Amino acid sequence: MKITAKPLPSVELPELRQVGKPLRRVDALSKTVGATLYAGDYYPTNLLYGKVFRSTIPHGKIRRLDVSQARALEGVACVLTAGDLPRAVLVTDMPGQTGQKRRSGSDAQVLATDTVRFIGEPIALVAAETEALAEQALRLIEIEYDPLPAVFDPLEAMQPGAPQIYPPDNVVARWRIRKGDVAAGMAAADVIVENTFSVPYQEHAYLEPEAGVSWVDERGVINIRVCTQVVEHFRSISLALGVPQNKLRIQGTMVGGGFGGKEDITVEIFLGLLAKATGRPVRLAFSREESILAHSKRHPYVITHRTGVTRDGHITAAEVKVISNSGAYVYLSPYVLLYSTGMAVGPYRVENVSVSSASVATNNPFTSAFRGFGAPQVCVAYEQQMDEIARAIGMDPYELRRRNFIHKGDLTIHGQELTSAAWLEETTTRAVAALGDPTPDWGSFKVGQGFASYMQSYGRITWLHDTSQAWVGLEMDGTATIRAGVPDLGAGQISALAQIVSEVLGVAMKDITIYHTDSAVTPLSGTSTATRQLYMSGNATLQAATAIRKNLLERASRYFEELPEAIDLADARAFVKGHPEQSLRLAELVAMCASEGLPLANLAMFKAPFTGPIDPETGQGQIWPDFTFGAQAVEVAVDTETGEILLLKSAACHDVGRAINPAAVEGQIQGGSSQGLGYALMEDLAVEQGRIKAGSLSEYLIPTACDFPETQVIILESGTGVGPFGAKGIGEPSFTPAPGAVANAVANALGVRIHELPLTPDRVLAALDKTGKRSG
Amino acid sequence: MEAKVIHLTVNGRAHRALVEPNLSLLHVLRELLGYTDVKNGCEKGDCGACTVILNGKAVNSCLVLAWQAEGAVVVTDTGLGTLEHPHPVQEAFADLGAAQCGYCTPGMVVSAKALLDENPHPSEAEIREALSGNLCRCTGYGQIVHAVQLAAEKMVTAESAENAEEKTR
Repeated sequence: MKITAKPLPSVELPELRQVGKPLRRVDALSKTVGATLYAGDYYPTNLLYGKVFRSTIPHGKIRRLDVSQARALEGVACVLTAGDLPRAVLVTDMPGQTGQKRRSGSDAQVLATDTVRFIGEPIALVAAETEALAEQALRLIEIEYDPLPAVFDPLEAMQPGAPQIYPPDNVVARWRIRKGDVAAGMAAADVIVENTFSVPYQEHAYLEPEAGVSWVDERGVINIRVCTQVVEHFRSISLALGVPQNKLRIQGTMVGGGFGGKEDITVEIFLGLLAKATGRPVRLAFSREESILAHSKRHPYVITHRTGVTRDGHITAAEVKVISNSGAYVYLSPYVLLYSTGMAVGPYRVENVSVSSASVATNNPFTSAFRGFGAPQVCVAYEQQMDEIARAIGMDPYELRRRNFIHKGDLTIHGQELTSAAWLEETTTRAVAALGDPTPDWGSFKVGQGFASYMQSYGRITWLHDTSQAWVGLEMDGTATIRAGVPDLGAGQISALAQIVSEVLGVAMKDITIYHTDSAVTPLSGTSTATRQLYMSGNATLQAATAIRKNLLERASRYFEELPEAIDLADARAFVKGHPEQSLRLAELVAMCASEGLPLANLAMFKAPFTGPIDPETGQGQIWPDFTFGAQAVEVAVDTETGEILLLKSAACHDVGRAINPAAVEGQIQGGSSQGLGYALMEDLAVEQGRIKAGSLSEYLIPTACDFPETQVIILESGTGVGPFGAKGIGEPSFTPAPGAVANAVANALGVRIHELPLTPDRVLAALDKTGKRSG
Repeated sequence: MEAKVIHLTVNGRAHRALVEPNLSLLHVLRELLGYTDVKNGCEKGDCGACTVILNGKAVNSCLVLAWQAEGAVVVTDTGLGTLEHPHPVQEAFADLGAAQCGYCTPGMVVSAKALLDENPHPSEAEIREALSGNLCRCTGYGQIVHAVQLAAEKMVTAESAENAEEKTR
């Protein structure tokens, strides 16, 4: 592939003092010196240790459950089963929303009442004086099941007569897009290309297994200190505990990795129930094996594309069928599926489209959010399909894409107008050009290059009516405080807020303190999901800081006898622009404002666009606030003797709108890339008959420092995003193009396409055998 | 077997602890002695989050029985530096974005420190090899490798400055 970088349109971004600089994050040093306390690092006195008793079969009726011996064990404070929680419901639908009625049938069991539907489903809880005693109590619980027929394949689960997990047909959600005239579009095509692709489970494998500690305080409030992506779960936790919402406090800690796996409730309800039942502090920390068993997974998908195209590379029609495996409970499957549906054809303008999608219940581990939320799976499919179309008509894969790329002002397949820059040519050409000339083949190794372009939303679904609040205040000594209910997953969520306040108020980063993620102390800021925190809470923080700045400038204008527009704030001073000798310490200005009663604190709410739902028949309507665009390109060498794949080069280019902190942006892109490369090349959960075969980190292999070379990161800034200072979101999009790029590079190396991920040596050798290309 | 008292020096502090025979060094450091910077990521030696320096060598503390560590000198991440006086490795990690969620970081910093003690001028390949037992799910390792390189430069510069100072005395 010979491609030169497309020149960038001229963009004038205002020069800023703090924003746009690769500053040390506010949370960085305390993490590197080991001072940060995570959810599992609190050991209050009088502590009890909690444990969970779980199902060992994928589907069955509980015939007998006897916890009497466990209860009788000395040192056991409490054993709870479903019978002890008459009305406990585990809410799994869209977390954090206020006005949204939850989907019927989406609730799960806190503890299994009479039926278990997957291996690992919780059945009983224990709290004991020591962890060893709690484990001993688990072994004393007696259970007998009447096994029920189970189903593991979503296509089988949709057939009449299949075991019923989600009556009547096991389909937990369907979406459809109907636009234009697909039959006419296919008739106008010179070539029709059809392919089916499948993608597997993925385990989040954050380094911090789920953990927390709970206690009842002197107000009667149940406190839960926990690693979570969603403070607002306190509402549904209170429902499960049967206490009012203002008697349940979530104190979120720094999260040791989330990636969507801590978006659903994990340990919180168990902790709350045990503290409520015993009146003592309780600690519950999952082992690695329990973590893998207990939390959600990325959805496996089967995706079929049928695309009509003219000889000159114009796509005339696309028909896409999408099936996802939701596992035993609904969780966020309907919404993940919606993302897959809306982005099913990728960043291309297609007038005649039909997308039909379904998410299907099985007796497998449940699936829910994982970085990308359904967008990466469809990218793997649509970008392989683009390469296959290019091959079918003998056109260069980039040229085919260029002729079909969607542009600003165009409508997506769900009828949403693109309102920000869609730099697909700019990002794709840069990613591909960065690879340089292909490395020559050697020995039994064949080298290939490939790339993937993508578009992906940031911000939540607009009919959820998302809001975020942030509080900013100045102290009398000129330092600043931020309060925001923002869970920090390690992506720099809270540090970005500090950088924005530093810019607007002229306070140094080191003089800003942030309180975050506490339902009792910080205003609610919504979930750290959907690549929304910089967009939503960044804007809320910008609004709050700007309101304070207005008061400061007004007071300073009277002091300097200049217009407010002539005054600026920086380096803890107010000064007349162009006349830095006319200046005032910020602390003095704060004192002047305070003595006049001018507000020095502000609570702001930012609202995303509020829309109604899409048309259920045609899927037409606005779904997201905006989109990020980009591409990744990789070079691989495939050993045709052993099937082993080496990643030789990787380059990613994304338009992030505006990089608030370029070092943090680079970190997101490198990390997302690594997870995406792992998904394509090595991560294999191997679920058989509902049982996870790779249930530990020695079996489920994630990338180490030695597996992949560094991804070269190219950051573009169109300045057109809806986030603060024109920022777009990059947390999730950074993952999306990586696996499809790998699949295309491997196909390019071998001259044969493998339609399933991960690209294991076995699959490579089988593909080579089929085409007689195996060497040795 | 009965529990017995073992002696450990952790970050320069002498400790005695009554320990059951089956307990790991990780358990003793975290749960009995309060060194919560030593993270529990898997308890199987797969992830490296619990890495400490035991008698000069980086080890997974989950794989060491506490009894085997009788009399040992242990250094954890908090023993290398503080917020006011960070170790050059800790400072470089903070400056270059090498800590994202930070959960792998104490173990990663300890492994990097042990590497630089042994090899002050490591190549990129040697850095990656030395850190290959420490899993990180956030960074993709690039910024971590750069931070170790930066720390190595700073430590060598600081040492040669010290040597020069000694010579002039």
